[in-house]
Amino acid sequence: MRASFVFSEVITGLRRNITMTVAMILTTAISLGLLGGGLLIVRMIDKMQLIYSDKVQVMVSLTDDISANDKNCSTSICADLQRQLQGSSNVETVTFQNRDQSFQRFQQLFQAEPELLRLTRPESLPATLQVKLTDPSKADALVKAFTGKPGVKTVDDQGVFLQRFFGILDSVRYATFLIALVQAAAAVLLISNTIQVSAFTRRVEVGIMRLVGATRWYTQLPFLIEAVVAGIIGSILGIVGLGAAKVFFLDSALSGPIASGVLPRLDLLDVVAISPILVGVAAVISAITGYVTLRLYVRL
Amino acid sequence: MTKVYKTSTRPALDNVSVEMGKGEFVFLIGPSGSGKSTFLRLLLREEVPSKGRVYVSNFDVAKMARRRVPRLRQSIGCVFQDFRLLPTKTVAENVAFALEVIGKPRHTIQKVVPEVLQLVGLDGKADRMPTELSGGEQQRVAIARAFVNRPLVLIADEPTGNLDPDTSQDIMLLLERINRTGTTVLMATHDHSIVDSMRRRVVELDHGKVIRDDARGVYGVGR
Ligand SMILES: Nc1ncnc2c1ncn2[C@@H]1O[C@H](COP(=O)(O)OP(=O)(O)OP(=O)(O)O)[C@@H](O)[C@H]1O
Ligand SMILES: [Mg+2]
Repeated sequence: MRASFVFSEVITGLRRNITMTVAMILTTAISLGLLGGGLLIVRMIDKMQLIYSDKVQVMVSLTDDISANDKNCSTSICADLQRQLQGSSNVETVTFQNRDQSFQRFQQLFQAEPELLRLTRPESLPATLQVKLTDPSKADALVKAFTGKPGVKTVDDQGVFLQRFFGILDSVRYATFLIALVQAAAAVLLISNTIQVSAFTRRVEVGIMRLVGATRWYTQLPFLIEAVVAGIIGSILGIVGLGAAKVFFLDSALSGPIASGVLPRLDLLDVVAISPILVGVAAVISAITGYVTLRLYVRL
Repeated sequence: MTKVYKTSTRPALDNVSVEMGKGEFVFLIGPSGSGKSTFLRLLLREEVPSKGRVYVSNFDVAKMARRRVPRLRQSIGCVFQDFRLLPTKTVAENVAFALEVIGKPRHTIQKVVPEVLQLVGLDGKADRMPTELSGGEQQRVAIARAFVNRPLVLIADEPTGNLDPDTSQDIMLLLERINRTGTTVLMATHDHSIVDSMRRRVVELDHGKVIRDDARGVYGVGR
């Protein structure tokens, strides 16, 4: 088989059908861009789980009078609480954070929200005992045991909040995948249609090929390669789009939470890392679509 | 063999049995609708017979697996009334196309295409487009394309149907020349004068039946 011959057939085919080719490439690009977005969210969740897994704690907020007066957990109520916490099973470490330290931490977290910082006084933040658990998923027992004890204002399992946050990310990811899927269906239909039109416009040529004894494989390969080339171009466009969205949109929109360490930073390297997946998916899907179309709908 | 098309009740070919030897030149004649084109299509495995068998060289045409059909067609050259050239390719490219699509190496193509163009009398017009050629010249290109792979058999379905008598005569001389290289030539035609002047074997069909098979025939009297 002559590669140059097949290659020139492919170029001719893509050019002859230019509007359809462009539509096919764009739909593929959007579909794969969305798929890539979903994959990036997955990566982000993974990174966040890494960041947070050793930060997840149960936070015991102390009552206002302790918060106001006790700078280093020297009152008997606070010291008792700390000792009891340390004695509980499933507890790894307990650290005391007084009101000033809480405020510093708050300032650090919300440095991107000057409004919020201006409105918040140190007095509105409690002193806390930060408990690090051996098994964060079994925080419930501890929360129950310490809620309502003297000196305790509230007991919060940060894991619950985090779970909710991950839940939101999960839904965003599913929605993205769903839209990507719908787009992919559109792309598949477009690829199939393009091949059929392409085969129709070239039926004389193909007829002659068959007549002089070209194999089915030889007559159909250009169509197949055409679909795969368009798919791969689409996926590359999608990847470029993702990179651009990251640089021009995400980076500035999320600069605050990223700077304060709440959200992990997404690098261009993350986009690069998922690119082979996107190109591969595009190539495989367009090849399968092409093959099935040629088998079922094109009599060549 | 017998061929009944799905959409009709009357057989297009009815119990036809013909044998042609290697290197023969045979005319297939008969009125319109008598089954000439059907006969040729069966040889090419463009159709399969409803009954009976078809052999071309070693190929059991009707029974062979679909994937072996390209091999059969590579040993048969075809020429049609409407030339069937690719309008976007030059003369040389049209001829080369037949070799490219069966995967012949480039150096072979570069060697044999000029040779066959010279054989059909088109050297010097290799870079013309089909639209820049006369009908007779276009048919020569088609013949060159059919012959370039040195087929065992050359099948021609009314190759002179669109040409004037003089040009037709030139085409017949060319087919004769090809026949002299040992290629079997089978030609369906309506053209009385050609058949009469050549005095070759004539197989006549009528309503799908062979009604005549003369070794040195003429088109027939009273037509
Ligand atoms: N694809 C087809 N489907 C159904 N019937 C067909 C088909 N092709 C040909 N026929 C019928 O078969 C018969 C023989 O047709 P064929 O084309 O072989 O005739 P022919 O001798 O080549 O005629 P002509 O001289 O006009 O080319 C005709 O009655 C025609 O209507
Ligand atoms: Mg006919």
